[in-house]
Amino acid sequence: MSTRDGDLILRHTNAVRVTHWAVAIVFTALFTSGLALFSPFFFWLSALFGGGPLLRFIHPLAGVALVLTFYPYALSHLADNRWLPADSRWVRHMFAYMRKEHADVGETHKYNAGQKLMYWSMLPLIAVLAGTGVLLWQPWFAPHFSAGVRRLAGLVHAACAFVMFVGIGIHVYAAIWTEGSIDAMIRGTVTRAWARFHHPAWLREVGGKDEP
Amino acid sequence: MALQSLDVKNQSARTSTPPTARRTPEVAKLVDVSRCIGCKACQSACMEWNDLRDVVGVQEGSYTSPPDLSDQSWTLMRFHEEERDGALQWLIFKDGCLHCEDPGCLRACPAPGAIVQYSNGIVDFHEEQCIGCGYCTAGCPFDVPRLSGRDSKVYKCTLCSDRVAVGLEPACIKSCPTGALHFGSKQDMLFEAEERLGDLRERGFTRAAVYDPRGVGGTHVIHLLPHGDRPEAYGLPARPKVGLVQRAWRSGLARGVGVATLAGVLVAGLLHYMRYGPLDVPPGDRPDGEVKP
Repeated sequence: MSTRDGDLILRHTNAVRVTHWAVAIVFTALFTSGLALFSPFFFWLSALFGGGPLLRFIHPLAGVALVLTFYPYALSHLADNRWLPADSRWVRHMFAYMRKEHADVGETHKYNAGQKLMYWSMLPLIAVLAGTGVLLWQPWFAPHFSAGVRRLAGLVHAACAFVMFVGIGIHVYAAIWTEGSIDAMIRGTVTRAWARFHHPAWLREVGGKDEP
Repeated sequence: MALQSLDVKNQSARTSTPPTARRTPEVAKLVDVSRCIGCKACQSACMEWNDLRDVVGVQEGSYTSPPDLSDQSWTLMRFHEEERDGALQWLIFKDGCLHCEDPGCLRACPAPGAIVQYSNGIVDFHEEQCIGCGYCTAGCPFDVPRLSGRDSKVYKCTLCSDRVAVGLEPACIKSCPTGALHFGSKQDMLFEAEERLGDLRERGFTRAAVYDPRGVGGTHVIHLLPHGDRPEAYGLPARPKVGLVQRAWRSGLARGVGVATLAGVLVAGLLHYMRYGPLDVPPGDRPDGEVKP
């Protein structure tokens, strides 16, 4: 081991971190307001949005904000999320990885296969949520669609929202579980040792030779 | 509610069971379409009692005026013209809320108390609780509620719940000059409808029928249709019901599964952390750790 293990490596640029947290805040607002509309048990969450009518007004606008923040962010990460043969191997050993036995997971580039699955599931999910959301958006868009279409949109919207919650839930938990990754998303940097342990292939790409 | 006549037996987005100790007779309006002459007195009376004034529109080639239900028009005479056997027939239909026993609007509504069903069967909107999401307009099998462009609240016929509460008939009933409209207990109205149905059949309307659709649990506005085999001709759906999609979307099961999913993710995360602890860089690899031999 060299003293260079403590060196900090830039993992997320300022722009990426700001956009990430914007997406996170908008998602939280969307999920809490959507939950209030989904179940009476959670209608009290509408107080956070200044009451029911304001919540109904804010929710679709937050949806637009999510589309505008998420998709440019996601497209800029496209290259790092390409699916590689090593990723399929990671998925096969996913449960071992969760038990912290990850001798077999192999090479990991900037993102591991779990992160890539999250990425590729969010791309279509948010699109479907946005599309069905437009169908339900009163008073501007919904009146142009039939009652049957809107009922179906409501069901699909709610179902996708829960799939999304599961995805985001796993994402947030994985960040808490993996020490150093929340720091990375706040300050932007990780240690060389962290990078070598979690993303060795990425370290080689950005850090040049990992000197012994 | 303080008034027995306005006891609530069901309300939108409720989390508790409404009180059911008291029983009130169920009411109903009977619309005998065969006796309607299309005078629109009911439409005027509705505007008058409820203080509504729709915009003055333009002639669109039909006696139906205004052209549609709106936040200002809670009942509307629709004039359906059709040619049968070379003769013109006018099927005049009084459109408006049918006050379903199983209201799709109420099931769809996410705002607690914005839609209530009184124990007498009247389905009423409390606009002050309405959040303007328009789910009720998607949930109604009869396309009745209208979202106002001015205040983003939804309006429809109240069956004059304020009048009924103090023992008066709805305003439209009061105004009908031909006896096409009747009001009373649902039982009495069904009895009356059956009698009139017999008369109609004797007069040659052999396919006359009472429209009290089972798919929505029956309605508190029942229609006697001379052409009962073709409710669509009056603009009524043949088999209205709260569909499977909406039931699935707004069911307790879906809400339960949704909430269980949330709880499941949180609990799974907690248990995993308790069992395995944080995924840390192994001590030997840490910058501040001991150097491996």
